[in-house]
Amino acid sequence: MPTSTFSQLELRGVGRSFGGRDALVDLDLTVRAGEFIALLGPSGCGKSTALNCLAGLLPLTHGQILVDGQRVDTVAAEQRDFGMVFQNYALFPHLSVEKNIAFGLQMRKVPKAEVKRRVAEAIALVKLEEHAKKLPGQLSGGQQQRVAIARAVVVEPRLVLMDEPLSNLDAKLRLEMRTEIRRLHQNLGLTTIYVTHDQEEALSMADRLVVLREGRVQQIGTPEELHSQPVNWHVADFMGYRNLVDLNVAALAGSEVTLTAGGVTVHGTAMEPVSIGDPVRVAIRPEDLVVVSEANPVRGGNELEGTVAVVEYHGREFAVTVHTERGTQLHVHSDHPPQIGSTVLMTADPSRVLVYSSDLDAAPSSVEEAELDEVRA
Amino acid sequence: MSSPRAAKSTASLRHRLAERGVDLSLLMLLPAIVFTTALFIYPFSYGIGLTFQPYPAVQEQFGGGVLANYRAFFTDDFLFDSVWLTMRLALPAALFNVLASIPVAFKLRHRFRGKKLLTTLLVLPITLGTVLTAQGLLIFAGRQGWLNNFLVQIGLVEEPLKLVNNYWGVMFSLIISGFPFAFLLISSYLSGIDPSIDAAARTMGAGWFQRFRRITLPLLAPGLATTFILTFVLAFSVFPSARLVGDAMGETRVMALMAYRAFGEQNDYPMASTVAVVMGAIELLVVAVVLLWRSFLYRGSTGGKG
Repeated sequence: MPTSTFSQLELRGVGRSFGGRDALVDLDLTVRAGEFIALLGPSGCGKSTALNCLAGLLPLTHGQILVDGQRVDTVAAEQRDFGMVFQNYALFPHLSVEKNIAFGLQMRKVPKAEVKRRVAEAIALVKLEEHAKKLPGQLSGGQQQRVAIARAVVVEPRLVLMDEPLSNLDAKLRLEMRTEIRRLHQNLGLTTIYVTHDQEEALSMADRLVVLREGRVQQIGTPEELHSQPVNWHVADFMGYRNLVDLNVAALAGSEVTLTAGGVTVHGTAMEPVSIGDPVRVAIRPEDLVVVSEANPVRGGNELEGTVAVVEYHGREFAVTVHTERGTQLHVHSDHPPQIGSTVLMTADPSRVLVYSSDLDAAPSSVEEAELDEVRA
Repeated sequence: MSSPRAAKSTASLRHRLAERGVDLSLLMLLPAIVFTTALFIYPFSYGIGLTFQPYPAVQEQFGGGVLANYRAFFTDDFLFDSVWLTMRLALPAALFNVLASIPVAFKLRHRFRGKKLLTTLLVLPITLGTVLTAQGLLIFAGRQGWLNNFLVQIGLVEEPLKLVNNYWGVMFSLIISGFPFAFLLISSYLSGIDPSIDAAARTMGAGWFQRFRRITLPLLAPGLATTFILTFVLAFSVFPSARLVGDAMGETRVMALMAYRAFGEQNDYPMASTVAVVMGAIELLVVAVVLLWRSFLYRGSTGGKG
C-alpha cells in the first residue's frame, strides 16, 4: 500500500498559546519520510497540542509547518491529507466498521469498486474480517483501536498522527498493539508521529524521540541517546533514572566529578557544565545501582551504605528499596534477596552516575499548573 | 423420572423476594402511585366513560347510540375542521422550532465571550407565561403596535400589517414559547456528541457540510425526533394564545377551544371529553409515526458527556 509522498516535514518555531499562556514554544523538528517519531512528556507538556497543530485542528500562534518546503499550516485540516488516530478512537458510532474505514476514501471520491477493495485490504491488515459489519459499540477496546488505525491509514496519508492511542487499553493489549503499530508502520512505509507519556512505549517504538517539558523541547534523539545520555535531570527522571539525589561538587577532573554530602563521597560523570561548590543533582538508574556481592564488586570506589526497607522479587533479580543514613530513598537492584532491616553496601560505576546542574533552564510553569494556581488563589 | 430439577433454594422467603425486587423499598413508589391514580388514571378513565354517555340532544341530532358524541365530532364540520386548523398551527410551529434551533445550538456549542448572556436571552421566554406573551404580542405587533407604527413611518408598508388576532399571531406565540424548549433540548443532545468524532471526520477530509450530513445529523436525529414530539404536543394543545392573539372562531379555532366551548358554553361535559379524547388520539398518532421513524435510526452512545 502507501509510500509517503514527501521527503521531509519541517516544523519551524512552532508555538501555540492559549489565552496568553504558552502551551508549546518554539518547536523545531525535521521529520524524514518513513520515520517514527515519538513526542514524549508528562501531561500538560504540550505534546498533544503539537499533534493537534500538525493535524490542523488547532491553529498555530507562531511558526510554520512545511512539507518539502511548502507551507501546510495554512491548509485546512480536511485538506492536509494526514491521518489521525485519537486517544478515545473517535470512531463514528453509527457506522459499521467497514463504513468507518470507507469514510475517508469516499470523501476523496475514490471509485466504489476501489473503495471496496481497499477497505477489505485494510480490514485484513488489522485482522478484523469477521467484525466488518459490526458497529464500533459491539467491539472491544483493542478492536476499536484497530479500526481507528485502519481508518487512518487506508487513505494512504502522507503522515499518520497518533495521540496516545494505547492509553485506554490494558497492559497486555498495550504490548500487543505496540508491536502491531510498529509492524504497520514498517510494512506500509508510513511516516508516523506518535504522542505518549509512556517512556517505555516511546523507547521501544520510535526511531527518534522528542522529550517535551512545559511546552519546550528538552531533548531530541534516538532511544539509545535518550536512554543513556539524558541532557538534564528532568529527561533523566523521565527516562527511568529513579534515583535523583542532591549533592555538592567537591572536585573536578574533566568530566569526572567527585561529589560529597554529609560525609558520603561519590564519583560520577558530568553531563552538564558544573563547577566546584555547585549543588548538583545526581541521576542513577536502579539497574546501575547494585548491592555489592561476589558477582558485583565495588566499582570505581563508589561505596554507599543503607538499610534495606523493601525487597521485591523481579524474576532473575531483586528490586530493593534502601534508606540511607541521610534519609534518602534509593532504588537498587540485587542478585540476592538481602534481609529487611539489614545494612547493605551499594555501588555504581562512575560512568553511570550522571551529574546534572540542579536548575533546569528557568522555564515558566506549565499552563495546567498556572491554571491550578489561579483556582487556588 | 422427570429431568433433574435445580436444587430448591434454601434462602428465606424474604431473601428470595428481595432478589426479585420485592422489598420494603417498593413503598417509595407509593406517593407516585397514589398521585397517578388520583390525578390521571381515574379522571382519564372517567372522561373516556363520559364520552360514551352522550346527551339526548346529541343522540337525537346525530344518532349512533353511545357513540353519538364521536359521530357528532366526525360529521359536524364545525367540530371536525378544528383538527385541521390545529394541525395547521402545530406541525409548522414544531418543525420551525426544531429546524431553527439546530444552527443556533451549533453556534452556541463552543465557548465564547457573551455565550451565557445569549443563552439566557434565548431561554428567557420560557419564564414568560402564555398570557404575558400574548399581551406583549398584542402591544408590539398589533395594528397600533410599535412594529406597525415603525414600518408605516419608514414607509415600508402603507397599511399596518395584520399580525395578531389571526393565524400568525398564534404562530408567533407558539414559536416564542416553543423555541427555547427546542433549543435547550437540542443543545444538550448536541453536547452529548463527542467533538473528537467531528475532528476525526475533518482529518479524514470531510468538509463542514459532509460532516454535518454524514456524521452529526445522523447522531443528532433521534434527539431531533424527541424534541419535535415535545414541541408538537405543546403546540397541539394550544389554548390561551389561540384565544388571545388568534381568531378564536375563525382560523385558529383549535381543538382545545372546541373542548372548552362544549364544556363552558354548552355545558356538554361528555362532548368536551370526546373532543379531548380525539385530541389525545391524534397527538398519539403523530408521536407514533415519529417514534416509528426514530426506531430506524442509530440510537446508541455518541461518546460525549451525555
